[in-house]
Amino acid sequence: MLIASLSMPEQVTLTLSALILLSSFLLLAQVRVDSLINTFALQGLLLFFATLAIAFISGKYDLLISAALTLGLKVIFIPILLRRLVVQLDIHREVEVLVKPSLVMLFGGGLVLFSYYVSLPITELSLLSTRNTIAISLAVVLIGMLMIISRRKAVSQVIGFMSMENGLFFAAVVSTFGMPMVVELGIAFDVLVAVILFGVFFFHIRTEIGSLDTDRLNRLNEVDK
Amino acid sequence: MTGWLFALVQTLCVVLFAPFLAGWVKWIKCKLQNRQGPAPWQPYRDLWRLSKKQVVLADVASPIFRAAPYIVFGATVVAASVLPIVSTQLPTAALADVIVLVGIFALTRFFLALAGMDVGTSFGGMGSSREVTLSSLAEPALLMTFFTLAMTVSSTNLSSAVAYLSQAHFTLAPSLIFSFMALLLVAVAETGRIPIDNPATHLELTMIHEAMILEYSGRHLLLMEWAAMLKLTLYSILIVNLIVPWGISLTLEPQAIALATVSVLGKLLVLGVLLAVSETSQAKMRLFRAPQYLGMAFILSLLGMMSHIILEVR
Amino acid sequence: MSLTMAQLAVFLTLLSSVAALVFVKKPRFMINVSFFLLGLSGLVAVSAGGMALLGNQVEQTILPVGLPWLHVCLHIDALAAFFLFIVGFVTFVASCYGPSYISRHADDGAHAVSTLTFFTGLFVAGMYLVLLAADAFSFMIAWELMSVASYFLVAYQHDRAENRSAAFIYLLMAVVGGAFILLAYGVLAAFGDGFSFVSMAKAHLSPTWATIAFALAFIGFGLKAGIVPLHVWLPQAHPVAPSHISALMSGVMLKVAVYGFIRFVYDLLGGVQWQWGVLVLLVGAISALMGVLYALMQHDLKRLLAYHSVENIGIIYIGLGLSMIFAATDHKEVAAIALVAALYHCLNHALFKSLLFLGAGAVLEQSGQHNMEHMGGLIKKMPVTAACFLIGCVSICALPPFNGFVSEWLIYQAALQGTVLKNGILGTALPITSAMLALTGALAIACFVKVYGVVFLGLPRTEKIEEAHEVPRGMQFSQIVLAISCLVFGIFPTWTANVLNVIPQKLLGAGFAGVNGESWLWLTPINTQTASYGALPVLIGLLVSWVVVYFFLHPPTRDNSIRIAPAWDCGFGPLNARMQYTATSFAMPIRKIFSFAWHVSEKVEPARIGKGPHYFLHVSDWVWMYVYAPIGKIIHKVAERTARIQGGDLRIYLCYSFFTLLFLLWVIV
Repeated sequence: MLIASLSMPEQVTLTLSALILLSSFLLLAQVRVDSLINTFALQGLLLFFATLAIAFISGKYDLLISAALTLGLKVIFIPILLRRLVVQLDIHREVEVLVKPSLVMLFGGGLVLFSYYVSLPITELSLLSTRNTIAISLAVVLIGMLMIISRRKAVSQVIGFMSMENGLFFAAVVSTFGMPMVVELGIAFDVLVAVILFGVFFFHIRTEIGSLDTDRLNRLNEVDK
Repeated sequence: MTGWLFALVQTLCVVLFAPFLAGWVKWIKCKLQNRQGPAPWQPYRDLWRLSKKQVVLADVASPIFRAAPYIVFGATVVAASVLPIVSTQLPTAALADVIVLVGIFALTRFFLALAGMDVGTSFGGMGSSREVTLSSLAEPALLMTFFTLAMTVSSTNLSSAVAYLSQAHFTLAPSLIFSFMALLLVAVAETGRIPIDNPATHLELTMIHEAMILEYSGRHLLLMEWAAMLKLTLYSILIVNLIVPWGISLTLEPQAIALATVSVLGKLLVLGVLLAVSETSQAKMRLFRAPQYLGMAFILSLLGMMSHIILEVR
Repeated sequence: MSLTMAQLAVFLTLLSSVAALVFVKKPRFMINVSFFLLGLSGLVAVSAGGMALLGNQVEQTILPVGLPWLHVCLHIDALAAFFLFIVGFVTFVASCYGPSYISRHADDGAHAVSTLTFFTGLFVAGMYLVLLAADAFSFMIAWELMSVASYFLVAYQHDRAENRSAAFIYLLMAVVGGAFILLAYGVLAAFGDGFSFVSMAKAHLSPTWATIAFALAFIGFGLKAGIVPLHVWLPQAHPVAPSHISALMSGVMLKVAVYGFIRFVYDLLGGVQWQWGVLVLLVGAISALMGVLYALMQHDLKRLLAYHSVENIGIIYIGLGLSMIFAATDHKEVAAIALVAALYHCLNHALFKSLLFLGAGAVLEQSGQHNMEHMGGLIKKMPVTAACFLIGCVSICALPPFNGFVSEWLIYQAALQGTVLKNGILGTALPITSAMLALTGALAIACFVKVYGVVFLGLPRTEKIEEAHEVPRGMQFSQIVLAISCLVFGIFPTWTANVLNVIPQKLLGAGFAGVNGESWLWLTPINTQTASYGALPVLIGLLVSWVVVYFFLHPPTRDNSIRIAPAWDCGFGPLNARMQYTATSFAMPIRKIFSFAWHVSEKVEPARIGKGPHYFLHVSDWVWMYVYAPIGKIIHKVAERTARIQGGDLRIYLCYSFFTLLFLLWVIV
């Protein structure tokens, strides 16, 4: 379906979804811890707007609750929590050295293409106007995973994890106009609990190995070295 | 015939307007930085002064060094003549589509870089080396941007593209948004502005374009400087006419042309202000940070392309 | 008529080989005679090819030689004629260049020069015959003639160990490639009824067998064409041959391989599948990019040019891949654009690469070395060579209004038609490969600014350069001819594309629609609204603006004299040649940014007493390290194992014979 034939709110949704994808790439490229958290909050904000737009298109106003939840948790609460954490850990000014950033970015581009390829059959089944964004949400999930793999610092990995969750949430919103409320609430609180647990882990990792560099956690094998 | 005459006049006007835009950006920048600053028409005075100066030529310079200013300036003028500026009814647009335009800019860069190497100073070599390195990163992003545009409007002809964009029903297309962001980033790099290059500096460690033309003087320097200003103007026109094409005339009628002229002038001056603001609020990057900047531009253009395919076509 | 002329061309080349043997005692006379014959054969081939191409003739003949049941069958059609034209033209130019270039070797010893000219004749004859062959058998014979003759040319200066090893690798790759091509023909012959191309074209293959045949041909012809990762012989073999031979090998022999590929896939195999197109496209894009990246790191002038051949072959393959994708998805007109673009690039590459190799030969002869870091400032010593080389550089960098630009522009236009494809993945892959092409083009500019800046501009870096002077007339003439043709094919693209259009019409059944469009001035592949390029008007525009600007800046009322002074250089001390940017320092930013492309080992030894600081840099091709070195090791190991059956005892060998005899008897029964 050509974009010009869609209504304005639908165009806005598509644009927002593209911007969410862009924010994933920004996360991938961001080296400063504090900007990383800001970018994550930005992604949450875009997600919030996208959810609002979809609520408007579909007329399912219970999506507004999800939107509010997104705003409250992902834009305000978790970033504040994280920011406080990094200040306590005194790493908020740290700059992470990326390994081959351009290759990682290109790989991310490849992931977008791949998720497009994978989601084509699903897209053909759906009749929703937002069906094309399924590929985007899958790409956001995959890029989050790529971020976890390519980063060393625990904080960046956690943010990658949560950006994955953003992708999942977005997928649910665009493909079926929202999951049942119970599931959604459950996931939201899971993430919240995860963040708190991660916070506790950060302190433990640091007291154990003296840094948050997860490259040091490399003895997960059964061979005694 | 009127069309060709119109193209000629338009080209002349753009060539003559270019120093003003450069002076305008500089003037705004000085105001923003609380400095007195030269008047916007100062570049005209500079060029006039240069035209009267005797040329001092390095004894080791070869004919390439003397020919390069003419080649660079002439090619930039040809580029100016194929760009739809106030009307899309431009017969010269058939000469060269947007890929040819990129090719013509590449031609100017080739000779500019050769001229930098010619005298054999290390400054010139440094400038040339950096110029070709950065542009080799910028060019793929630029072409990707144009490809996305060409896929949307199904043409690489600039006149048709601008006409299509200005007539089309307003659409919020993510591909175009990304492409235009990429275009902005690339244009900054290609015209040698902050944060990639600093047009105002002559400090050897920071410069690219200025390093290549260090040995020039008199009318040769005039041509090089003017070509750089013209290039800035052309990129600005490209940006305003692609991003906000509304107001461009679709005919060659005098009233429509006059209206379009006013609107394009206004848009260019606003863009100049934006450029000045962005230059004031940023610092120049280290050379080896620039690949990341241009990499971002490339990713943006890639995302633009992909969102066109994924989101917009089916 | 044109086939008879083509046969005459082959005959003349063989005659030039014979002349090399007959007049072995009078080297100078021999050189003149055999190069004259060779040049004549080139002209005859050009006219034969031109006639057949313009008249769109198809001729076939069977010669009464060859095997009793399989006589040699020759033919000429538009495709063969086009490549015959290229080969003939470059042969002609190279033989104008050859005599003066070779004559300094005349004192090396008569046999050496005679060997060189003898094998040059055979080599060219082999190339002509490959193009004319109309059955697999004579094709293979001609192919091997071309390979073996060029082996002797590469091994010409065999007193140096590296030349011998380059020649050996070349021969090895040629043999392997030949074997693959033979197998590919074997598959076709098994399904058709015979070895002639006509019967092979009629063969019906199942998709699997077609893919197998395609893969074999792709590898076989790819080995000769030098696509990544099969390119390793190319940068070693091309630089060590004499320069006019390098021009022939790089400019023409690679095109013969491309011809073989096109003939095999489009004409004989038919039924192109889009997956093949994707493979060709990807390999082409990778070759183009890696070729130019490797070239950037070289400072041996001819090796750098050889890597650029890899790049350009990559570009040709991009065009071919696009055309295969479009042809398989039934967009014949776009496929025709891409095919014309690929063919056009074959022509262009033949012209500018020969020009650059001949120029490099002139530079090498005057400077006495291959290393660019010891050159500089040659533009003042050799103005004609410098001007022609500049045109070559501008053409190879695909800058308007020269010829390289036209073919790349057509490739871009074809790639942009990717939106017509139903498959979205392909629709994205096409523009991405064209972005890679754009990167390649921009890096090529970087590379040739480096080459031209370091070799011709600046100050001479050694004393030998100070004594350099312009090369003899013959060598100048061939460069000028090539430079002019680069311009001509750049500014008359419509005419050229029109002529080339008969080839897709024959192979794909559809031509390039827009070619007869609005006017002969514009090249309009699709239609005028979509895209157009007016090469001649752009050139006229450039010239007019130069003239106008020149007259404005030189008013007669003013003194326009120029003051010559030492270089300013920001007021630093007097300039000397060692302060210049070198080729290595010029390419340093690119080396840092694209560091993943090479295996770079860099070492700095700080200064010690009595010894200045030293900087070592070695950039190597990872394909060699990670692909070929392991293969070599494996083969070595296997060979060691098999060597065990060589027991050394006479009785063991008798034993082998005995058991073989028993086995054969059993088989017969």
